[in-house]
Amino acid sequence: MYDFAPIFPKFQRHYHMSLRRSDIDNIARLARLALSEAEIPVYIDSLSRIIGLVSELDRAATGGVEPMSHPLAGQKQRQRADAVTESDQHELYQRNAPQVLAGLYLVPKVIE
Amino acid sequence: MADPPHDVSAWETVIGLEIHAQLATRSKIFSGSATAFGAPPNAQANLVDLGYPGVLPVLNGEAVRMAVMFGLAIGARIAPRSVFARKNYFYPDLPKGYQISQYELPIVAGGQVDIVLDDGSARRVAVTRAHLEEDAGKSLHEGLPGLSGIDLNRAGTPLIEIVSEPDMRSAKEAIAYMKKVHTLVRYLRICDGNMQEGSFRCDANVSVRRRGAEKFGTRAEIKNINSFRFVEKAINYEVARQIELLESGGKVVQETRLYDPDKGETRSMRSKEEANDYRYFPDPDLLPVELDETYIQSVRAQLPELPDQKAQRFVAQYELSGYDAQVLTASSELADYYETVVRTAGGSPKLAANWVGGDLAAFINRDGLEISASRVGAAALAGLLRRISDNTISGKIAKDVFEAMWDGQQEADAIIEARGLRQITDDGPIEAAIAAVMAANPVQLADYRAGKDKLFGFFVGQVMKATQGKANPARLNELLRQKLSG
Amino acid sequence: MHSETVAELIAGLKERKYSATELAREMLGRIQRAQPELNAFITIEAESALAAAAEADRRLAAGGAPPLTGVPIAHKDIFCAAGSRTTCGSKMLANFVSPYDATVVARLRAAGAVVLGKTNMDEFAMGSSNETSHFGAVRNPWDPSRVPGGSSGGSAAAVAARLVPAATATDTGGSIRQPAALCGVTGIKPTYGRVSRYGMIAFASSLDQAGVIARSAQDAALMLGAMAGFDERDSTSVDAPVPDYVGGLDRPLRGLRIGLLKEFFDKGLDPAIEACLRTALEALRAQGAELRDVSLPNLPLSVPTYYVVAPAECSSNLARFDGVRFGHRCEEPRDLKDLYERSRGEGFGAEVKRRIMTGTYVLSAGYYDAYYLKAQRVRQLIASDFARAFAQVDVLIGPTTPTVAFELGAKTADPITMYLNDIYTIGANLAGLPAVSIPCGFVQGLPVGLQIVGAHFAEERILNVAHRYQRETDWHARAPEAYR
Repeated sequence: MYDFAPIFPKFQRHYHMSLRRSDIDNIARLARLALSEAEIPVYIDSLSRIIGLVSELDRAATGGVEPMSHPLAGQKQRQRADAVTESDQHELYQRNAPQVLAGLYLVPKVIE
Repeated sequence: MADPPHDVSAWETVIGLEIHAQLATRSKIFSGSATAFGAPPNAQANLVDLGYPGVLPVLNGEAVRMAVMFGLAIGARIAPRSVFARKNYFYPDLPKGYQISQYELPIVAGGQVDIVLDDGSARRVAVTRAHLEEDAGKSLHEGLPGLSGIDLNRAGTPLIEIVSEPDMRSAKEAIAYMKKVHTLVRYLRICDGNMQEGSFRCDANVSVRRRGAEKFGTRAEIKNINSFRFVEKAINYEVARQIELLESGGKVVQETRLYDPDKGETRSMRSKEEANDYRYFPDPDLLPVELDETYIQSVRAQLPELPDQKAQRFVAQYELSGYDAQVLTASSELADYYETVVRTAGGSPKLAANWVGGDLAAFINRDGLEISASRVGAAALAGLLRRISDNTISGKIAKDVFEAMWDGQQEADAIIEARGLRQITDDGPIEAAIAAVMAANPVQLADYRAGKDKLFGFFVGQVMKATQGKANPARLNELLRQKLSG
Repeated sequence: MHSETVAELIAGLKERKYSATELAREMLGRIQRAQPELNAFITIEAESALAAAAEADRRLAAGGAPPLTGVPIAHKDIFCAAGSRTTCGSKMLANFVSPYDATVVARLRAAGAVVLGKTNMDEFAMGSSNETSHFGAVRNPWDPSRVPGGSSGGSAAAVAARLVPAATATDTGGSIRQPAALCGVTGIKPTYGRVSRYGMIAFASSLDQAGVIARSAQDAALMLGAMAGFDERDSTSVDAPVPDYVGGLDRPLRGLRIGLLKEFFDKGLDPAIEACLRTALEALRAQGAELRDVSLPNLPLSVPTYYVVAPAECSSNLARFDGVRFGHRCEEPRDLKDLYERSRGEGFGAEVKRRIMTGTYVLSAGYYDAYYLKAQRVRQLIASDFARAFAQVDVLIGPTTPTVAFELGAKTADPITMYLNDIYTIGANLAGLPAVSIPCGFVQGLPVGLQIVGAHFAEERILNVAHRYQRETDWHARAPEAYR
């Protein structure tokens, strides 16, 4: 098993959630990632194991516990004044762009 | 297919609207870029708007204030704690690959908007929620074969998305609701309401069900409709399409559709369909927006008189009809104009209402102007109305004077003097004109005297013509009646 | 010069023992000589460094120069620096030149530091061995067949090899502390919100925090003082005054309550590492500290919690790399979908893709509640455990890593084996706590790290404990044979 499994005995069992090819295809589509045929079985295997690992969370009793989305409790969003602080810098910002024309970023035609 | 099927009465239409109103802030919701319309491509897209690596959003407090103001105006609850969430999808006009919006905890919840239909009947439309979010950029296709050009100037412009309950039952109701919200956001000065520029637009959720059915039918969402006229056309087209589909044994699929104004039809947007697992989650770059009662009260104190309140006051204070009050309060600028006219002219509020809602509105519309750009100002119009009230000119002449004012920017009195339009109220000249007309038309005079009463109008017209329309109509009638009866 | 600490260099520059230019030349030479073996840098910026050093010399001569004037440092290549290539260890950004400065970069420049280059890192900070870098693995100066740890492996190796006295770093699940431990240097991850994240390329926004790797707690304090503080461009930055970290270093430890995490000293910790820790704890007790056992019952769930939260945020944060405005774009895209999928498929490495996919999965319809929301709740439980512990003790002490530096390639086959390297460090990120790793001995010639975790905003305290320990020991002063 894993080298450090004894530290946290809960990891001793070999968790494995089986993801299917269709799961990986769907995730890759949502995430816009082209995967080669060779990569797919690798991801099926490793993602299955990761999902198995995170399924450990099922064991925690979380009834009545508020989800925590921010590490510092009690902080609230600051609001800035409504002021224009920026000037036109599109030439500088577009130096990193792969394809531009007349200030526009170019992409293959967007079909609606 | 644009014509509704003949048995349309068997079906009930159900409509809910999602209105997107761009908030009239100077800078963007999460960056210090300007929001002005019409800048050169990407001139108003800074690092945050472009989603550059490493940059972070900081919330514009003015956008919050405006959203709260809207919530208070529709009697909604203002959330003491609201949360920004990320809506994840890929699209070239969405630079970060997610839109910052609000999902589970919107800033405004509940509320209602009252609408009056053309037949005078009233309805109340419930608002589910209104949330803050950032606008996307634009894709341009012209002159770029096989390519689209992306302009991110609009990306990050603050929006409130106002989501209604499915409370509307016809395209007319949907338009009345949308117009009312349009009026409201402009009253509040939180949105310029410019529909050509996309500042105010809506998505319509449309479904049909058999009359009497409890369950809603499957709905289609028509995206990005940017004129009142298109809302009506798109909904009517979609309703007809769905009824025809259902009557021919088909099923409506839940999908996103696009209204094509050139063809007058809606069509499926399959490209957007594919990726609608938005994977919302709270944006970790932004903290919860917390608003206390003191803040909310301070915004409440800034609320102007709202259109419904103003219309009620106009009915009570100026003794106008409900319809006139509605027309005159369609925008706060129009209402202010009207009240300035009444105050300055000092005459009948009804006369002022007729002029502001009638001739002035017609000229404004003809020239496509805003009331603020009217070529006849409120004080000038009041000057004209004073001359009607004191009988210097007749209402008919006043229309000519108004037209001259519109074209020449001159004051009413100057035009009246220059053209000698002052009404003739002395009996002498009127009697002289009557005598001349009677002498010139012996046949008609004889007929009249023989009992052909209808010819009275002919004589009025002739005398008016002879006095170039300047004879005081009341006096003219009186004198003419005397003389004709001989 | 190269063996001097930041504190010594400040004094040396002030006393004109050497100029900033001489110092920069010397260190640049070391960097270039070490590069073939260690690969600690992605970009060496000799030209701009020498210009900055010349400017530093002018300011030193003029007097009134800011505190770090002339001190050579390096930035982890996750920090955007205007006009500088910023790759984040990825092919995706191999040619990306930042048009702007990260707040950390701007502040250190304002403090007078001279930047010699950008250090190597795991791609987008995802990794614990520096083997996921597009620019090749970094090697551990103590044994080049071993990893330096990650993701700030380049910064840790560069400091350990005396190529720079200090380097910036970032820590999402242990990326400062773990490589600091494996390279025998001092690394501090401050409280979440203490240092601005503006301009630091995001991995997992609710966990990421910038910090520093140096050779001593004193140097870390000097650097952190220049980096920390409120930034209006980061909504999660905390508006609280920055204490004088250096001023608090010598405070005596008498009465200090040290908590020993039961879960960290459980069976399974390498006995040789435990022996080093026990010796170190005795040394702290000898200075008057009290030791207590503390239990954080939910801490064992920190790894599964982290591997939901971090990938979820990363899947969204990395969506902006789409081949449109910056970054890698595939050749001749057939259509928009192809542009996205191939640009991202080619631009990201295997581990980054794995995390994006994991995050996409846990946020997707039908799984959100079971994974994402559940993890957010467990995160709350873990944070509450820490809060309870800090009601009883001032600091928590335990190991930084389960083992010393491992061989390159030893853990690349199974991602979970790699993920478990961060088993002791992840808790502090989930709870947003400050933590420092300091060297406390050697096992088979390889450094061992001791981790001190503090309550929120207790940087001063954990640096104080680290410094008092370093006054009595010399583990932190030891240099790898080849880089003395």
